[in-house]
Amino acid sequence: MKRRKRLAQAGMLLMLGLGAVIMLIPFVWMVSTAFKTPPELNAWPPTFIPETFHWQNFVTLFDTAPFHLYFLNSLRMAVTAALAIVLTSVVCGYIFAKFRYLGLAFLFSLFLATAIIPFEIYMIPLYLQVQELGQLNRFGGLVLPYLVMSFGIFFMRQNVIQQIPDELIEAARIDGASEWRIFGQIVVPLLTAPMSALGIFAFIEAWNAFVWPLLVVGDKRLFTMELGLAMFQSSFSVDATVMSAGSVISVLPILVVFLLLRRYIIQSVAMTGMK
Amino acid sequence: MQASARRRFRLKPGHWFVLIGLAPVLALYAYLRFVPIAKTIWISFFQWDLISTTKPFVGLRNYADLFKSDLFWLALENTTIIAFGILVFSVPLSMVIAFLLSRGIRFKTFFEAVYFLPYITPMVPVAMTWKWILDSNQGLLNYVLSLVGIPAQPWLFEHRLALVSVIMLTVWKTLGYNMIIFTVGLTGISREYYEAASIDGATGFRAFRHITIPLLKPITVFVSIVTLIHGYNVFSQIYILASDIQGSPGYVVRVLVYDMIENGFRYYLMGYAAAEAVVLFVIVLLLTLVQLWLAGDRSGKRRWRRKKVAAS
Repeated sequence: MKRRKRLAQAGMLLMLGLGAVIMLIPFVWMVSTAFKTPPELNAWPPTFIPETFHWQNFVTLFDTAPFHLYFLNSLRMAVTAALAIVLTSVVCGYIFAKFRYLGLAFLFSLFLATAIIPFEIYMIPLYLQVQELGQLNRFGGLVLPYLVMSFGIFFMRQNVIQQIPDELIEAARIDGASEWRIFGQIVVPLLTAPMSALGIFAFIEAWNAFVWPLLVVGDKRLFTMELGLAMFQSSFSVDATVMSAGSVISVLPILVVFLLLRRYIIQSVAMTGMK
Repeated sequence: MQASARRRFRLKPGHWFVLIGLAPVLALYAYLRFVPIAKTIWISFFQWDLISTTKPFVGLRNYADLFKSDLFWLALENTTIIAFGILVFSVPLSMVIAFLLSRGIRFKTFFEAVYFLPYITPMVPVAMTWKWILDSNQGLLNYVLSLVGIPAQPWLFEHRLALVSVIMLTVWKTLGYNMIIFTVGLTGISREYYEAASIDGATGFRAFRHITIPLLKPITVFVSIVTLIHGYNVFSQIYILASDIQGSPGYVVRVLVYDMIENGFRYYLMGYAAAEAVVLFVIVLLLTLVQLWLAGDRSGKRRWRRKKVAAS
């Protein structure tokens, strides 16, 4: 019996291990290509570990196009989106969790209902609106759709319900604290953990954005990392090695955030299934 | 009593807080979500281009044009194949992975992280990497296939193989999300079920077959529908993967969002593109209804049966 169990464990480990190798191959391939020389790229059989680590690709990348600008644009967009989403979500989440006024429940379900509608469906009118605002090819137009997130409101509301008892708020009211003080000095400090989880989640979403930047940004100085890479590969022929170097740079921030804050990210993603 | 309360109604501090807190967010929502969603439907009834000032009402003509367009039907067919192709592989695979991880396996956090990682990495760089892996000349995949005697395949240039490639990449990318949702569902299944089953001699595969799968049904429905909805909206990976030799993107595999963007932003047929968006919207709504129906199915039937019993 015990032996059978150990055998089953080994079998399961083998299956999962094999799967894990397949999952990791594209990442390994990306990094390995980024350090190859062009002739080594065409080597047959392909090599996984480059003979010498060819750092020159990264230098060539920044010479070919202003990728440092693209990187900063992505960073600026993702940070702005994360801050705005955390702010709007914590205010709305608290209101929807703790206030029982007429119409609030309806409003909440209205906000939530938009979450099932994919962005691609309404991006054409949104583009026309941004055009009317004169924000095409501007940072404002680029970041605008990423300022609110239905899931964020749901997520913060859930956390307020779980972590902040009604009695605490009532007690503060009896002590004469204003609604603003209750929110700022009691509610927000208790929510720092879910706020950071949401912030990371929103950062990743905005960093990975592609369709919207493709539509609204034509000015090369406003390209995000994703857009820069995509334009780079379709406009003129650049060595795959150099583009791999760009890919590595674009994945790196996400990878670092993930390694440091894996638990937070997985927990907030797990919550998306609860809507 | 109610009437007097109404007469004495005054804005309390709580009301002010809710009003001031909610107003800006509501305005943003209206501008960024509600209005564009309604406008999509509105614009689809007009001949709407970016340049001319007149935008005549054309009724259902955009829809009529759409349903006469071969490119639209081709896009719908491709997108449907991709969406269901992803579903067929991603859902069972992620369920099995989540199940294996839930059985007290060693290195659980490591495996979880590895399977989840592709989901949060940006699409453009990974799609570019996949493109080189799938390359018909020096690609890694063709090399691996050549080791077992299979000749090189034109993965990204032959229509069917390109569909397979898109499905492969997307399954790889979304597996982790589905796995996490299944993991949440599995922690909800009490250990007692498995213990009781093991007394009856059902372990391993049989426990999975007779306990896990039935109890996970609502989660499976949710994951399947989300997978399909995302599948119907594929774009970025197509843009990168399926570009032709001249580099014009999305040419080999035309999908709905690509067709929509091309009509809207290359040919300036915004009304036509909006009609296409409405079709996508209807697909999403139908899928959501199917989910609600399937998830509520059992309890609904039971309620109906109970009513029948009570009536007789």
